[in-house]
Amino acid sequence: MKRLCISAVLILMVVMIWMPFHVNAQESLTIVWAEWDPANYLQELSKDFTAETGIAVDVVQIPWPNFQDKVFTEFVGKSDLYDIVIGDSQWLGRNSVGGHYIDLTDWINENIDVDSIYGPAMTAFAEYPKGSKKYWALPAEVDAAGYVYRKDLFEDPTEMKNFQAKYGYPLAPPKTYTQLRDIAEFFTRPEQKLYGIATWYSKEYDGITMGFQQVMWSFGGSYGDPNSFKVKGHVNNKDAVKALEFYTDLLKFAPPDAPNYYWQETLNAYISGKVAMGMNYFAFFPGVVNAQTNPLSHDKSGFFIAPEGPKGHYISIGGQGMSVSAYSKKQDIAKQYMKWFMQKPVQEKWAKLGGFTPHKEVLQSDTFKKATPFNEAFAASFPYLRDFWAVPEYAELLEVCQTNWNEAITKIKSAKDALNSIARKHEEIFEDAGYYDD
Amino acid sequence: MSDYQLKMAFIMPTMILLILMNIFPLLWSLYLSFHRYKASMPTAPKFIGGRNYARLLTDPEIWGYFRTTAYFVILAVTAQFLIGFGLALLLNRQFRAKGFVTTLLLLPMMLSPVVVGLFWRFILASDNAGLLNYFLSPILKSPIGWTTDPKIAMFAVVIVDTWMWSPFMMLIALAGLSAVPKSLYEAADVDRASAWFKFRWITLPLVSPLLLIALLFRTMDAFKMFDIVYVLTREGGPGTVTETVSMNLYKLAFRNFNTGKACAMAYILLIIIVALSNIYVKYLNRVKGEA
Repeated sequence: MKRLCISAVLILMVVMIWMPFHVNAQESLTIVWAEWDPANYLQELSKDFTAETGIAVDVVQIPWPNFQDKVFTEFVGKSDLYDIVIGDSQWLGRNSVGGHYIDLTDWINENIDVDSIYGPAMTAFAEYPKGSKKYWALPAEVDAAGYVYRKDLFEDPTEMKNFQAKYGYPLAPPKTYTQLRDIAEFFTRPEQKLYGIATWYSKEYDGITMGFQQVMWSFGGSYGDPNSFKVKGHVNNKDAVKALEFYTDLLKFAPPDAPNYYWQETLNAYISGKVAMGMNYFAFFPGVVNAQTNPLSHDKSGFFIAPEGPKGHYISIGGQGMSVSAYSKKQDIAKQYMKWFMQKPVQEKWAKLGGFTPHKEVLQSDTFKKATPFNEAFAASFPYLRDFWAVPEYAELLEVCQTNWNEAITKIKSAKDALNSIARKHEEIFEDAGYYDD
Repeated sequence: MSDYQLKMAFIMPTMILLILMNIFPLLWSLYLSFHRYKASMPTAPKFIGGRNYARLLTDPEIWGYFRTTAYFVILAVTAQFLIGFGLALLLNRQFRAKGFVTTLLLLPMMLSPVVVGLFWRFILASDNAGLLNYFLSPILKSPIGWTTDPKIAMFAVVIVDTWMWSPFMMLIALAGLSAVPKSLYEAADVDRASAWFKFRWITLPLVSPLLLIALLFRTMDAFKMFDIVYVLTREGGPGTVTETVSMNLYKLAFRNFNTGKACAMAYILLIIIVALSNIYVKYLNRVKGEA
């Protein structure tokens, strides 16, 4: 009897282990993305795919600060946990050279109408090396850094009069960084718990880099020569020093905890009425115009594109591309999903739900531009988008920038020392990786 | 089955598990520390001798992380020792609800460090929305930048770690104090010894072996400080003011996937911890001998 009982328990255990793998016969696809609204929109959109094909889609969301670490660790472990990875544009180099993304060049050329996709988005989110026409992804969410401002403050007659009197030009959304600084200074009134600006200074992930790089480019600095990979004289030139000093100076007009600000904190600062202007990715602005999440200023918010600098106009690119994991056992289903996703009607629905479509026609349509109060500013940002290095060593390069720029804004290092340190470390990284071997 | 075979049958599963989970990774990481290798890349490890170690030991920034770690260890372990031992002295007497008070005091060390880091992040937020700054606002001109001011951020980390781990010191010290024979104090009372004399010549010598063990554990643990720094000061900010060696090691290993270099750094850290522990153990043996 005892033996019978033990045998029965063992059989039961085997069945329990076996069942989850075999009973659920419905095919499924797992997509991994960061934890934010567009991932919720994608989950909603994917219901149509499930209805058409019977394939269930699960969009797994990972908090932003851990997103990269978690996905890369899974890749190193050759895990088949994720079939589709919606990753940052900078990941392309590492994940294509590292063999973690599959090469989609032939499949895209045969199955996707590349001409229907906004060209710069295809270059930024799909192509590596740039200009090679080798594709590792399809653009999923195209984004840019932009600004939200308090229309009630900007359009207040007293504020307008006082601003005009102080600065000699009318108060309006800034077109240049000088104007941005003036406006930030004007609205900084700590006694009223109001500050001029909330922008990204955080050391987390790519916070300060995404915030500062567009200022650096617009002031005349750059990360380096993309052909020779020489960095000295580019990232630490006089213009870059001026840009970093400007960005550090802007901190005077931000709330006291601004050195920790990334997208979540800037969004909170704006929504809580702490600041007159806030920078963020456009993908986060649905929360600004939603009465539930922003009861204070949802109907008093205006949007403008990142201003231009003395030597150009550049804006940090946001958004991600959709790639197929090399370790996925469902690569065909993943491709089927991507082909479905890029269809015009699906892209129209994607845009309607709140996603920033890479589809050229949908993106440039009046329907899209008028769909939200910020879509027009978003579309206007497109010609000015630029990206960080997308080489396999990007994470190391980013880490050096994050640390040194954060040290500069907290006055641990001078702007010049911080930029010199970045130049030296970046060249060391390129040298170690063999970029100077020839 | 002979006795020997039976013994081996019981020991082998554990031994195999230990070899697979501890010994093999230890040796494999030592091997990798002499190679140029990135776990995220398909290229095989390339032997480069001691270059990883040379690069690390000559990098002033790495020494900066070690200085930061040493600074943190000294401040945090000293504070925990003083507060923990002080609390133990207070609790080493009979009073109402002693058990309840002791349990309450022990709660912080039972929490997850990430949870502790997260709620202290709200308490120490650098604007007036931070709980501590909110309470201090009537007496302060401007809010304190607990996690944003380079001069203060390290103290914020020390405060949180001390809040969390002083109870551990207290627990060990309390165990030591309750083991001191009452007769020694009675004899001292008969000789009209002062409170300081009793503390210096009875309490301290008898409790010190246990205190040293507690100090050893805390030093080793504080040297590996990672989680609170990761959450509270957002990866060791501002700049690198609170970036400990373990925080930097994490970035090297799991963000940059510079696996060879990360292994070398882990070994340097291991050697330092072993050396520190040896100093403690030697001192502990001396104290035990004296006691």
